[in-house]
Amino acid sequence: MSRVVYLDNNATTMVAPEVFEAMKPFLSGRYGNPSSFHSFGGGVRRDIDRAREQAAQLLNADPGEIVFTGCGTESDNAALLGALELAGPAKRHLVITRVEHEAVLQVGHYLKDKGYRVTELPVDRSGALDLDQLLDSIADDTAVVSVMWANNETGVLYPVRQIAEAVKSKGVFFHTDAVQAGGKIPVDLNEVPADFLSLSGHKFHASKGVGVLFVRRGIKLPPYVRGGHQENGMRAGTENVAGIVGLGVAAELALKTMTEDYRREGRLRDKLEKGILESCSNVYVNGENRLANTLNVSFEFIESEAILLMLNDLGICTSSGSACTSGNLEPSHVLRAMGIPNMLAYGSIRFSLSRYNTEEEIDYVLENLPPIIDRLREISPFAQRIS
Amino acid sequence: MWDYTDKVMDHFRNPRNVGYIKDPDGEGEVGSMACGDVMRLMFKLDDQGRIADAKFQTFGCGSAIASASVLTELIKGKTLDEVEKITNQEIVDYLGGLPEQKMHCSVMGREALEAAIENYRTGEVSTRKLEGRVVCVCFGVTEKSIRNAIEENGLTTVEQVTNYTKAGGGCGGCKEEIGEIIAEILGREPEAGHEEKTAEPAAPKKLTTLQKVRLVEEVIEKEIRPEMAKHGGDLELVDIDGNNVVVKLQGACAKCEMTWFTLKGLIESKLREKVSEELVAVEEK
Ligand SMILES: Cc1ncc(COP(=O)(O)O)c(C=O)c1O
Repeated sequence: MSRVVYLDNNATTMVAPEVFEAMKPFLSGRYGNPSSFHSFGGGVRRDIDRAREQAAQLLNADPGEIVFTGCGTESDNAALLGALELAGPAKRHLVITRVEHEAVLQVGHYLKDKGYRVTELPVDRSGALDLDQLLDSIADDTAVVSVMWANNETGVLYPVRQIAEAVKSKGVFFHTDAVQAGGKIPVDLNEVPADFLSLSGHKFHASKGVGVLFVRRGIKLPPYVRGGHQENGMRAGTENVAGIVGLGVAAELALKTMTEDYRREGRLRDKLEKGILESCSNVYVNGENRLANTLNVSFEFIESEAILLMLNDLGICTSSGSACTSGNLEPSHVLRAMGIPNMLAYGSIRFSLSRYNTEEEIDYVLENLPPIIDRLREISPFAQRIS
Repeated sequence: MWDYTDKVMDHFRNPRNVGYIKDPDGEGEVGSMACGDVMRLMFKLDDQGRIADAKFQTFGCGSAIASASVLTELIKGKTLDEVEKITNQEIVDYLGGLPEQKMHCSVMGREALEAAIENYRTGEVSTRKLEGRVVCVCFGVTEKSIRNAIEENGLTTVEQVTNYTKAGGGCGGCKEEIGEIIAEILGREPEAGHEEKTAEPAAPKKLTTLQKVRLVEEVIEKEIRPEMAKHGGDLELVDIDGNNVVVKLQGACAKCEMTWFTLKGLIESKLREKVSEELVAVEEK
C-alpha cells in the first residue's frame, strides 16, 4: 500500500516522534530495573517519577494519585471492581450507561452474573443522558456510578463535572472513562470531583501497553495485582518503563499543544463533515455535542463494510461501529442505544482525526468518497427503490 | 480486516450483473434490514428454459456483494433444474473461500435463488417470509433454515451455525436450542432432513369478535410468549382494534431496537396461522 491517510485515531494513534525518542533509551542501553539497588537500575525510578508528574499535570492531579496500568481496559476494570470492594458487601448496585466501552460494559455483565444489580442508563437520539434519571437511579445500595467523559464511537461528550458533583453529594463513588478525552480536551480533576478516572496512552500518541488509573487521594484502593511494591502495591509487577516514560512525554506534549490541536482538528473535521453533507445525499451525522476530532456519519441504503473496503483500497483508514467488520453480527451498541434506525446503524462510518492530519488529506477523502457512495448505492436494492 | 480472497475482492470491486430486470420471470428477495443484509435476485429465461439474464442488488458487506455477483455468473446459461442444485458451498468454492463468520453470505445467495425459482413456479412474490418456526428472534432465522445449513454444510457446532445463518448471533437466547437441533441431526444419520410439517388445524373461517379476542389471547399466551421468554422478552396484549393486534413489548425485547421487525413477523405468522389471515401486529410504544 502506498499512501496511508489515517483517520482512525479513536482506535489508536501514531506514537509521537518526541515520545519515541524519549522511549528509545529504555529499550536499549537503560534497561535497568527501577527497583534495583544499583544506580544503573535504580536511576530509572526517577524517570518514572517524572512521567508520573507529567501525567498528573495533564489531569491537574497529584503524582501520588496516578497509578500506571497496562491499558485503558485495565484501568476501567480496576476502578469498578476496586470501588465495589471498597464500598463493602452491602452495596450491590452499579450504575453505568448503555454507551460505555466494552471495558466497562463487560464488567457490568460480569457483575450481573454474580448477582449485582446493574443499571444501564439509556441515552436519547442525540446521545445525551437524562441527568435526573441518572440521579433517580442511585439507591441506598449503589456502590459506584461510571459515566464516560467522551464516547469513542460518536465523540459525544458527557457533563462529567455536573454528574460527578451530583453523585458525590449522594456519597457514592464516581468513575469516569476518560480514554477518549485525555490528551484531547482539558481534563481537570480539581474541577471534576471524580474518585477514579481511566486513561490510555495509545489514544494520545504514547505507545500501546500503558494506561493510567487516577485514584483520588484518601481512597485506599485494594491491591488488584498482588506482588511487589510497585505502583504503591496496588498494581505490582516490574514497570513498563519505556511505555510509562513515553506516556509522560505524550501528556506533556498534549498539554502544550492541546488548544491549538483541538482548534485545528475541529476545523478539519468540520470541513470533512460539511463536504460530505454537501456532496452526498441521505447522509446523517450521529451524535450532538461532540469531541472536535470525531465524525460519525451514516450513509443511507448501504452497508459500512463495503465503504470501508473501498476506502481501504485508497489507503484511507476509517472504522465503523457496524457489525460486519468485527464478526459481531449486530450493529454498534452505541448507535442502537441512541435509537438510530437499523439501516443507518449498519451504514455508519467513523472518521477520527489527530494533530497529524492535514487539510490535503481531508481534500483527498472528499474527492474520493462521493463516487464510492454512488457506486455502492447503485448496487443497493434500496437506493433505487427510493430515487 | 477480513482475509478476503482475491476473487472475493474482484467480485466486490467489479460486481457482475448489478441491476434490475424489467418484467423478470423470477424474482426473489431474502434477508432483512434487521439482519443487515438484503439480497434481491432476478432472472429471465430464454425460449429453451435457460437463464438468459440474471441481475442482483445487495445491501450488505463486501462478501455479500461478491456472493451475489458470483451467483449470477453461476446461473447464467443454465436451466432451472440445473441451478436448483447449486449449493452455498459452490458459491464459496467459486470465491476461493469465505471467512467462517461470513458463510451466511453464501447461504443468503442460495436462499435468494430458491426464492426466485419459487416465484417463477408459483407466481408468488416471494419476499422473505418466515416459513416455519422462528428459532432466532433477533435475526428472524427459522428452524428450517438452520436445519438446511447444518445438513448441507455438515455443521457440528453452534458457532458454525451462527456463521452460516446468523442464528444465535444476537442476544444468544437460542443457542441452546440450536445445540439441540445439531444433536438431533447428528444423532440421526444424515439422511435428508425431511421434516414435513404435520397438518395443523387450519385457521377457522369466520370468527365472532369474542372468539377472535379469545383466540388471539390464547395464541399469545401459549405460543408467542413462551417463544419470547426464551430470549428474555415478553409482551402484553394491549388491544384488538379490528384486525390490528396492539401489543406492548417488555423485558429484553423492549430495549432492543433490532427486534420489532422480526417480532412482528413471528407474531403475525402465529396469529395468521391460528386465528385469521387478516391480522396485523402493531406495537404500542
Ligand atoms: C472509551 C474507551 N474506553 C476504554 C478503551 C480501552 O482502552 P485500551 O485499548 O487501552 O484497553 C477504549 C479504547 O478502545 C475506549 O475508546
